[in-house]
Amino acid sequence: MALRDSTLRSFLWTWGAPLAVALPLLVAPLVLSDFRLNLLGKFLTYAIVALGLDLIWGYGGMLSLGQGLFFGLGGYAMAMYLKLETSGSRLPDFMSWSGLEALPLFWEAFRSPVVALCAVVLLPMAIASAVGYLVFRSRVQGVYFSLITQGLTLIASILFIGQQALTGGTNGITNLKTIFGFARGAASTQTVLYFVTLFCLGALYLFCRRLTQSRFGRLLVAMRDDENRVRFLGYNPVTLKTLVFALSAGMAGIAGALFVCQVGLISPSSMGVMPSIEMVTWVAVGGRGTLIGAVVGAILVSLGKSALSESYPEVWQLAFGALFAASVMLLPTGVAGFLRRHGSRLVRRHAAGAAAPAGALGEAAVAGPASAGEVEQSATRTEAPATSGR
Amino acid sequence: MNEVLLHAFNGLSLGSILLLISMGLAFSFGLMNVINMAHGEFIMAGAYTTYVVGQHLAPLVGGTDAGLWFLLALPASFLVAGVLGLLLELTIVRFLYGRPLDTLLATWGVGLVLQQAARSLFGASNVQVSSPSWLSGGVVLSGGVQLPYKRVFLIALVIACIVAVYTYLHRSAGGRRLRAVMQNRQMASCLGVRTRRVDAATFALGAGLAGVAGCALTQLGSIGPSLGTNYIVDAFMVVILGGLGRLPGTVVAALVIGVANTLLELSTTASLGKALVFALVIAFLQWRPTGLLALRTR
Repeated sequence: MALRDSTLRSFLWTWGAPLAVALPLLVAPLVLSDFRLNLLGKFLTYAIVALGLDLIWGYGGMLSLGQGLFFGLGGYAMAMYLKLETSGSRLPDFMSWSGLEALPLFWEAFRSPVVALCAVVLLPMAIASAVGYLVFRSRVQGVYFSLITQGLTLIASILFIGQQALTGGTNGITNLKTIFGFARGAASTQTVLYFVTLFCLGALYLFCRRLTQSRFGRLLVAMRDDENRVRFLGYNPVTLKTLVFALSAGMAGIAGALFVCQVGLISPSSMGVMPSIEMVTWVAVGGRGTLIGAVVGAILVSLGKSALSESYPEVWQLAFGALFAASVMLLPTGVAGFLRRHGSRLVRRHAAGAAAPAGALGEAAVAGPASAGEVEQSATRTEAPATSGR
Repeated sequence: MNEVLLHAFNGLSLGSILLLISMGLAFSFGLMNVINMAHGEFIMAGAYTTYVVGQHLAPLVGGTDAGLWFLLALPASFLVAGVLGLLLELTIVRFLYGRPLDTLLATWGVGLVLQQAARSLFGASNVQVSSPSWLSGGVVLSGGVQLPYKRVFLIALVIACIVAVYTYLHRSAGGRRLRAVMQNRQMASCLGVRTRRVDAATFALGAGLAGVAGCALTQLGSIGPSLGTNYIVDAFMVVILGGLGRLPGTVVAALVIGVANTLLELSTTASLGKALVFALVIAFLQWRPTGLLALRTR
């Protein structure tokens, strides 16, 4: 009896929760206005970033404050192609404004959609691998890693603002009218783009799930909880960490490209230090260490922001800062972790009348929730080794 | 040559500001392994304290030009920022002990709140704080290079602060306890040091120093609610470069980053200069991952 209960529960958690998120998103185009749908599509790209961030932070224990940079790189790569497509044979407008005569060489490569699409994924991955390798190799951990990625982001956004002629400066790359020959602003294009984004999100979600349930995922969690032990077991944490960092960067790049397609512009303001931390808040609020939590967190926080900051920008920042600090303190595993723990407590209370020890046995018998439970429990202890190492 | 000299001087004063800011960061990092993302807002709090003192207290103590108010504003900034820091430690940081990444995020949330509070209180636009008359002008060197008194004063102020902090660390009971906890928390605790109280005091002290930095910054330009964010990332780089919790390491790192920033800006462009400094920090970590002067503990 108890076994069946927990099997049902794990089934609900592993398939019910993603379906509960996916269904509304699938029917949204029927209900929402074009403007709202576009907004939701934008949030879905954020959810992709959150997935990647959850992989590296929730599972890997490395808090990257550089996801905004990778998001921006993917976005810029896509925007360069779209800009060239929109401009046709003419020079992109911001280049002629800053007095450039001919197209710079590296822009020329972005005439090809294949190059652009590859760059969307590979450029962020390459940068993440390079920085990650150097940083992890010198065993930089914990807060140090966060600060270095933040510095990287700051530098990159300063560079992008500074190179007015190459990147469009503060304004970024704007006025992108066509996408693969279609009018970018048209409602039909936007709906297609929405579904493309939703498909990417779904595919990447399943990919991350496979990944976290595989040996790789377990190794990742093991490394988060005790890196030295993993090292002594003969694995190389540097490779592992670099790989995860690159993966999360690639996902952020994809998200950036999809973002540009839907919003029609990219500027340094969406890749700087602030957006990068905002990305972390999505995962923190939604629930680190649970992929679906990251997705929900990204969508909910962005919804809240757009709902509140449209009408009361002051209230939003005040409330968000306070709520975020409170949620980090009181709900270290986010909304998803809270729901799961609270949910299982409710179920346990029901099952208490039947057979208490059998419940525990049943839980151990099902591999899925047991390992997921470990993830959740140890999420609160993520950083403990860092302090005890002193 | 003169230009280089002037830039080196400006770099020195930038480095001094960074030093004042990062001392607090480095100590709470060395002590509790936490990074306070709201640290920049303590700078802002100090700056606005100076603004308020200049607006309301200056007429009572001899007017804006006489500058007595500015000497009063210095301790006032220290106190206001210090009290804010103490509150932050007592209400948030201490409950997140052992969770440094969570502390980073929670304090960032607090930083947002403080920024917004400043925006509501003082308006979103920057304000200008007037200077005492004895800070205008400068020392003229041979060759026509003028070193502004403001920056000279700033460097002197920072030197005074370093001496004070050094004296506190090495000549007082409180400083001895601080060093003890930093070296070995359990042992210090066993020997009767109230470690949590040391944590709180150190945090407040660091916040107060950031407040003094804010007060000094009012003399270099206009101030606004996001004043702190301009300096905080550089200060983090100082902490990384300098190693945790060592005064000499922090001093050297701050001056290196300050001077390198301005000199590289001179030879390239502003944005490229910053990128180069960052690349240097990363390259340096390859060589010495624990910073310039790491604390040896057992």
